[in-house]
Amino acid sequence: MEAIAATPPAWRANLATIAAMMVRAKNELVRVPGAAIPGVLAPTIFFLGLNGVFGGLIHLSGFETTSYESFIVPVSMLQGAGFTGAAAGVNLARDYEQGWVDRLLVSPAPRWVLLTGNVLAASLRAFVPATFVLTIGFFIGVQWPGIDGLLVCYLMVAAMAAAAACWGSMLALHYKSQSAAPLMQAGTMALVLLTPAYAPLALLQPWLEKVAEINPVTHVIEAARQGFVGEVTWADTWPGLLALAGLLVVLGSLALREMRRTNV
Amino acid sequence: MSNLATSARVVGALGARSIRQTFRRPQLISPIVVFPTLLLAIQTGGAGAGIELPGFPPVQSFLQFMLAGSMMQAMMLAGNSGGIAFAVDIEMGFTDRLFAAPIPRFAIVLGRLAGTAALGLFASVWFLAIGLIFGAHIEGGVPGALLAMALITASAIAVGGIGAAIALRTGSASVVQGLFPLVLVVLFLSSAFFPQELMVEPAKTIAQYNPFSFIVEGVREPIIAGIDAKQTLEAMAAIAGIILLGLVLSARALRHRLRVG
Repeated sequence: MEAIAATPPAWRANLATIAAMMVRAKNELVRVPGAAIPGVLAPTIFFLGLNGVFGGLIHLSGFETTSYESFIVPVSMLQGAGFTGAAAGVNLARDYEQGWVDRLLVSPAPRWVLLTGNVLAASLRAFVPATFVLTIGFFIGVQWPGIDGLLVCYLMVAAMAAAAACWGSMLALHYKSQSAAPLMQAGTMALVLLTPAYAPLALLQPWLEKVAEINPVTHVIEAARQGFVGEVTWADTWPGLLALAGLLVVLGSLALREMRRTNV
Repeated sequence: MSNLATSARVVGALGARSIRQTFRRPQLISPIVVFPTLLLAIQTGGAGAGIELPGFPPVQSFLQFMLAGSMMQAMMLAGNSGGIAFAVDIEMGFTDRLFAAPIPRFAIVLGRLAGTAALGLFASVWFLAIGLIFGAHIEGGVPGALLAMALITASAIAVGGIGAAIALRTGSASVVQGLFPLVLVVLFLSSAFFPQELMVEPAKTIAQYNPFSFIVEGVREPIIAGIDAKQTLEAMAAIAGIILLGLVLSARALRHRLRVG
């Protein structure tokens, strides 16, 4: 009787597929570094611009810090994560237009594996703009957030990029066109900035205060910001983690639904 | 028919094409509406308490103050969009056919700028309407609103001239599109979003000399206080300077394009 070659377990094949998709995204970054420039430049310009323009707001009573650059730097890092996640959606739409997604869909890899590869690649790529913005921030006086503050901030950045990539992938698979890019970018931008991004909740205009109170990204901003403006506490961290988990479940499910609806 | 009349007809025909093209392509018009409107809402809601800072000019609301900045942002994006549309024409070979036609070359650029001017006018009307809907007063009344619209439209032509020069020089839509971040840099380094006296160094000093600060103040004054001859003249001088720069750059880029084909 002939021996049947042992097939690797499914989980190992799935992990290998996810890793291969992440390596492909890394190769894109290494081979076409210019493509990453807009994603790095935009949050950096916003960071320096907002600091220059609205830096005087710290003189308002109710501000919990004397350094506006420290207050705003996590916002720009999360904005960079949002742009990176949206870019993952744009790249997926491009891959669809060029027929690459069709080839992935006829492979034996489950749809959730294909989505996870794209989303995790965005999470890793988000470290590039976040680190660039933070480095510039340290040069202009951002306070050291401590190791714990830094870890919490980077965790929020990675998870925010994953949530934004789910949003971008959902739109890419729905519209199957790169022309949906403004919708992907505007969505993540609104999600990050309709929060206490520019000023504490109490200083926002009443309508924005109400929106920020129900926007889950408010908890993400506050968790990422805590090390830069004070002490890191579990009480300020867990709402951010919970908000991101919720966003990932909802947006991930919607993206997966679009992926399952996509036919070759 | 005289040369002038022929040129006017060519500019009219190309301008009408450019305006139709602009309003038919959502990708050209959506960036000048979506992003500045979103930022207007976010900045008004997020930094609105800034009007309580000592030294902030007397205004009815932060929305009233911000309208001029949003119009400037949309106008600059309109100039960028006009440059992209021109570069697409170059990439598709449409401009080459115009170069081969017996028409003056400057008419090709002026025709394109008509579309950009229409976008500028649209942007100013859009933001004035948003301001009025959400309760902002136009202190200068109808003449003030018309002045703000005229200054924004003229600025769009000025910025569009620079966009056209870059399109002619590079012939690449993606290069012109890549200038988008520069629009934000120029705006953040002007008094578009906050009074220059309350900005933080070095942005404060740069804003003092940035010609776009003069334009934005010229547009803002009729909205927050009333028409002021000095600020209007300063804005017009800044616009004239940018138009001159655009003309020089466009002429040089046109020569380059005709030489390299």
